[in-house]
Amino acid sequence: MFLITCPYCGARDEHEFGYGHEAHIVRPTPAEYEQMSDAEWAQYLFMRKNPKGVHFERWVHTKGCRRWFNVARHTVTHEILAVYEMGKPAPQIDTEKK
Amino acid sequence: MTAQKNRLGQGGRIDRTKPLRFTFDGKIYYGYQGDTLASALLANGVTLVGRSFKYHRPRGILSAGAEEPNALIQLGLGDRTEPNLRATQIELYDGLVAESQNRWPSLTTDFGAANSVIQKFIPSGFYYKTFMWPAKAWMFYEKFIRQAAGLGKGPTEQDPDRYDKLYASCDLLIIGAGPSGLATALAAGRTGARVILVDEQQELGGSLLSERTAEIDGKAAADWVAAAVAELTAMPDVTLLSRTVAWAYYDHNSVSLMERVTDHLGPVAGANQPRQRLWRVRAKEVILATGAIERPLVYSDNDRPGCMLASAARTYANRYGSMRGQRAVIMTNNDGAYRTALDLTDAGVTVFAVVDLRSNPQGELVKAARAKGIEIIAGHAITGVKGKLAVTGVDVMPLTADGKGVTSASRHIHCDLVLSSGGWQPTVHLHSQTRAKVVWSDDIQAFVPGDKLPGQNNRSIGGAHGVFRLADCLAEGHAAGSEGAAKLGFGGQSGQAPTVSDEPAEEALLPVWIVPSDKPVGQGGKHFVDYQNDVTAADVMLAHREGYRSVEHLKRYTTMGMATDQGKTSNVNALAIMAGLRNVEIPSVGTTTFRPPYTPVTLGTFSGIDKGDFLDPIRKTAMHQWHEQHGAVFECVGQWHRPYYYPKPGESMHDAVNREVKAARTGVTIVDATTLGKIDIQGPDAAWFLNMVYTNAWTKLEPGRCRYGLMLGEDGMVFDDGVTSRISENHFHMTTTTGGAPRVMSWLEEWHQCEWPDKKVYFTSVTEQWSVMALNGPLSRKLLEELTTDIPLDDDSFPFMSFKDGHLAGVPVRIFRISFTGELAFEVNCKPSHALHIWRALMQAGEKYDITPYGTEAMHVLRAEKGFIIVGQETDGTITPYDLGMGWIMAKSKTDFLGRRSLTREDTKRPDRKHLVGLLTDNPNEVLLEGGQIVAHVKDKPPMDMIGHVTSSYYSPNCNRSIALALVKNGRNRMGETVYLPYEGKVIPARITEPKFFDLEGKRING
Repeated sequence: MFLITCPYCGARDEHEFGYGHEAHIVRPTPAEYEQMSDAEWAQYLFMRKNPKGVHFERWVHTKGCRRWFNVARHTVTHEILAVYEMGKPAPQIDTEKK
Repeated sequence: MTAQKNRLGQGGRIDRTKPLRFTFDGKIYYGYQGDTLASALLANGVTLVGRSFKYHRPRGILSAGAEEPNALIQLGLGDRTEPNLRATQIELYDGLVAESQNRWPSLTTDFGAANSVIQKFIPSGFYYKTFMWPAKAWMFYEKFIRQAAGLGKGPTEQDPDRYDKLYASCDLLIIGAGPSGLATALAAGRTGARVILVDEQQELGGSLLSERTAEIDGKAAADWVAAAVAELTAMPDVTLLSRTVAWAYYDHNSVSLMERVTDHLGPVAGANQPRQRLWRVRAKEVILATGAIERPLVYSDNDRPGCMLASAARTYANRYGSMRGQRAVIMTNNDGAYRTALDLTDAGVTVFAVVDLRSNPQGELVKAARAKGIEIIAGHAITGVKGKLAVTGVDVMPLTADGKGVTSASRHIHCDLVLSSGGWQPTVHLHSQTRAKVVWSDDIQAFVPGDKLPGQNNRSIGGAHGVFRLADCLAEGHAAGSEGAAKLGFGGQSGQAPTVSDEPAEEALLPVWIVPSDKPVGQGGKHFVDYQNDVTAADVMLAHREGYRSVEHLKRYTTMGMATDQGKTSNVNALAIMAGLRNVEIPSVGTTTFRPPYTPVTLGTFSGIDKGDFLDPIRKTAMHQWHEQHGAVFECVGQWHRPYYYPKPGESMHDAVNREVKAARTGVTIVDATTLGKIDIQGPDAAWFLNMVYTNAWTKLEPGRCRYGLMLGEDGMVFDDGVTSRISENHFHMTTTTGGAPRVMSWLEEWHQCEWPDKKVYFTSVTEQWSVMALNGPLSRKLLEELTTDIPLDDDSFPFMSFKDGHLAGVPVRIFRISFTGELAFEVNCKPSHALHIWRALMQAGEKYDITPYGTEAMHVLRAEKGFIIVGQETDGTITPYDLGMGWIMAKSKTDFLGRRSLTREDTKRPDRKHLVGLLTDNPNEVLLEGGQIVAHVKDKPPMDMIGHVTSSYYSPNCNRSIALALVKNGRNRMGETVYLPYEGKVIPARITEPKFFDLEGKRING
C-alpha cells in the first residue's frame, strides 16, 4: 500500500487514489493524426512504456479532491521520487543510480 | 479433580487462584488463567497432541510459540470451529473445547498411520510420479488424494462473530515487545513520539517472561517488564497492543496487524466486542524487534512426542510451571541450551545429561551446569529416540573425530523429554516481506537482515538481526528508540539505556546440520527436517539425487516449508543439508523469500463489517417505497435497486411484462428512470467540450433542445450514450447510462484536467439531485395536460427532443420530450423531495386511463422492439458506431472528436466486421438465449466457426413473436440469410433481419 502525496491534499493512503496510465502522452492534433499511419496512431493509442526503473505515470485522487497529477515511481522499489501537477514537465531523475 | 500432575507448586506467570476447565479430544482437564493450551496440556502430562500430515506419525509439542509445526488444533464447535490453530498460541479460557487433527478414529489409534508402514514407498514426489499416467485417471485419483490430504476442517456454517478494521498512523511502530522492543518503546516514548508497540503474545515482555535469573537495572526481569509496561501505559502517545500479530509489511511502511480482541475470552464472553480487528498502520519508522526462533537439531526419530526445543522447555518450566517431574536429556551445539539445563534443574526437572556435539565446551554456562552436577557428555550425539506414543529414552554414542559419524559404544538413557538446540534463526520474515534481502552470517550460522530497501524506513534490532545477548538487545533497543525519535524531530530526553550485570559469555556454536546415527540417513530412524510436511533429511537427499537442488525446486518437490508454519523451524536446516550435499556455501542454495502472512490470518478480519447489508451501498430512488407497496419485483442495476416488473396477483413474470409492454403502446405507462446518470455541464467552453466527447455536432443546438449522443473511446469503440440538453448558451444537462454514470464523469474530468485544462468548463454529478419518471404511450400527453397549467404540450409548442420548465401537480418540474420506447413520451424531472408526490398524482389522475407502471424488463423489450441499443449489452468495447449501423450520428463537419482517427484504421473500417442485426426465429415462440453463439454451418459437434452472438432477446407481445438483436460477422450483408444457434443439444434456425421490429416508419413518436 503506497503512501502518495497528492499535490493538493498531502500524503494519503493508496486506496484513495486511482491509477491512470503513463504520463506525458500528448494527443496528436487532427492535422497531425490525419497524416499518421495506422502504426503511428497505434503508438499513441496502445503502446505504453513498462520500464524496470523510474516510470512517469498519472494518478487521480479519486476519493479526495478528484484532481489528476503526475507521479515518478520506481517500479522495482516502489519509491515515489516526485509528484507534480498536470502540465508540468517531467523532472530530471537520475535513473542510473537506482 | 483439578490435579495437574506436571504442574509446579509455585512460580510462573499463571494465576493458580483461577482454574479453568477445558476438554481435549473429549476428555476434561484443568489449567490456569495465563496458560496456553500447550502449557496446560503439558501440565496435565499430555504429550501426544497430533498426527503428522503424511505419515500420521504421533507428534507432541515442539515449541512454545508461533513456529509450532506439530500441535495443530481444531478449536471450538459448530459455526465457530477453527482448524489448524497452534496450541502454543491458544490462550486457555474456561470451557475451551479442543480436538486433535488428522487422525481417525483417535489419536492413539489412527488408521492413517498405515502410511507410516508403507512410508518407504511414498517418498517425496510420490504423487507426482505415480498419478501422472494415464493422464485421464487423475480425475479419478484426485478425489481420494484430496480426501486424505488437509489438516483440520473448516466450519460449514456462517461465522457468527463480528470483525473490525482500523487505520492508524504513528511515528514509530515497534514490532515485538521483548527486551529490544520494550527498550525502544521506552526511549522513544519518553521523547513524546507517537509509538505503537505490538506483540503477538498475551503479555508484553517476550523472552523476558521466560527468564528465571536475569536482572535488568537491578530488578528481576519480570519486575523490569512490569515497570516498563507501567511507564509506557502512562504515556498518552504510546499505544500498547498485546495479542496482536504484525503479519504483513507492505510498501511505504504500511504494516498490517491482526488483533485478537476477544479470542482469549472464549466464544460468548466477548459478544459485545469484535472478535478480531485488522489494523492498517502507516509508520514513519518501523522497528523490527521480532526476536529469533530456535532451530531443532536434525537427529534420528527427532519427532517422537516428548522431543522439544530446549528454549521451549525453559519457557514451559519458568513461565508456566508445567514441567514438574519430567526427566530430560538435552542435545546442543551451542551454549544457550545450558540455560535450559540450569533453569529446569532449578524448577525440579531432572536433567540427566547435556549431550554436546562440540568436543570440548568450556563456556561460562557450561561450567555453571557442571557445577550444578549436571552430566555433560561432550563430543557425543543422540543417535536414536525410543518410544512411539511418548519418548521413553535415548541412545547416545560418541562422535568420530570428524563429527560425521559415530563409534560403536552406545549408552541408553531413560527419559521422557528430549530437548535440542541447533542455534537460533532471527525472525527476518517482515524484513524479507519488504523485498529486502537476507544475508548469511557465519558467526551465528543463520540468515540476518541485509540492507533495507529505499522507501522502506525500518531497522531490525536485537534477536531479529542476530544479536542475542540481553545487554546488547537492550542497548540496541534504546538506541533505536532515541535515534528514531530524534530523526523525526522529537528532542525530548530518552533516559538511560537499561543495563544488565554479569551476563555470562558464550562460546561459538558448532554447525551440525544432520546429527549422525549408527545407520546411514534414511535407513534407520527418520531425521525430520520439516515436521509439518513430514520432510526428512532423506527426502532432501532424494531431491538432490533427482536434480531438485535450488531452494525453489527443493521446496516444491518435497513440500518443505509449506503449510501453516511456512518452515519456521525447518527452512535453514533444509538449506544447509542441501548445501552440504552440493558442497557449496549455504546462501548459494538460495534463501526463502517470505511473503505475508507471518502466521495465518482469519478471513473475517479482511471483510470486517463489510458483509451482508454493509457489503455495498444500496441506492434507492425517491419512489422506492411506492414500488415496494405496489408489489414490484426488484433487480440490482449496479448499486441501484430498480423495479423489474410489477406482477398483479396470479401473474407470472411473462404475463406481467407482456401486460406492461402492451400498455405502453396502447395507453399510458410510467417508469422510474431516476437512476440515469446526470451531469451538469457549465462554462463558455461547454459546447466545445461536448463536440470533443460526442461524435455528433453540438455547437448549433439551440437552448431548450435535446440531442442524442454517442461517446467513443479514443480507440473508436462505443463507450456510452445518452441525451444531452442545452439549458442555456453555456449550460448543458447530460444524461448517461445508469451503470456508466461514474465512468463518464471520470472520463470528462480526465480529458479536461489532463488534455484540455485551458478550457473553461465544469462538471457536476447531479444524478441524485433529479428524480425522473417517464410517461410513455399515446395517452401520456392527455394525462399530463390535466396536471399542468403552465406547460403547453402540443407538438408545435413542445416538439420532440425539447424540454420545458414549469409546474406539474403544483410543484416545479422540467419535462423532456424524449423517448426510449418510440412512443409519445415525456420525462418528468423534479426535486427528489417532490418525486413521490408527482408520481402519486400521476397515478391518481391516470387511473381512468388505466395507467400502468412498468419495470426494467418491459423497458428493455420496448426499446428492443425499436432496435434501440443499450451500451454494454449491444456493445462490449469492440463495437464502433458503424458496426451498430449508426453512421448517421457521425458528424462529417467536425475536424476532431475522441475516437475519430481510430475509425479510419484499417481494422475498424473493414466492411465485414460484426454488425448489429435482428434475428427472427422460424418458430415465433422460441426465445433465443442471450449470449447464444451463432454459426453459419452446423457441424456434428464443436468446434464450429462462430460468427457472432445474441445480444438481446425477448418475447414481444406487440409483434406477437420473439425478437432478438445480435452481432453477426458481415451481418448487414447477410440480410435474409438463415443462421443457426446450437445449444443444449438442439439447433435453432433464425433469419437475419434489420435490427428493428415495430413501427418501422417511426410514426408513433407523435402519438
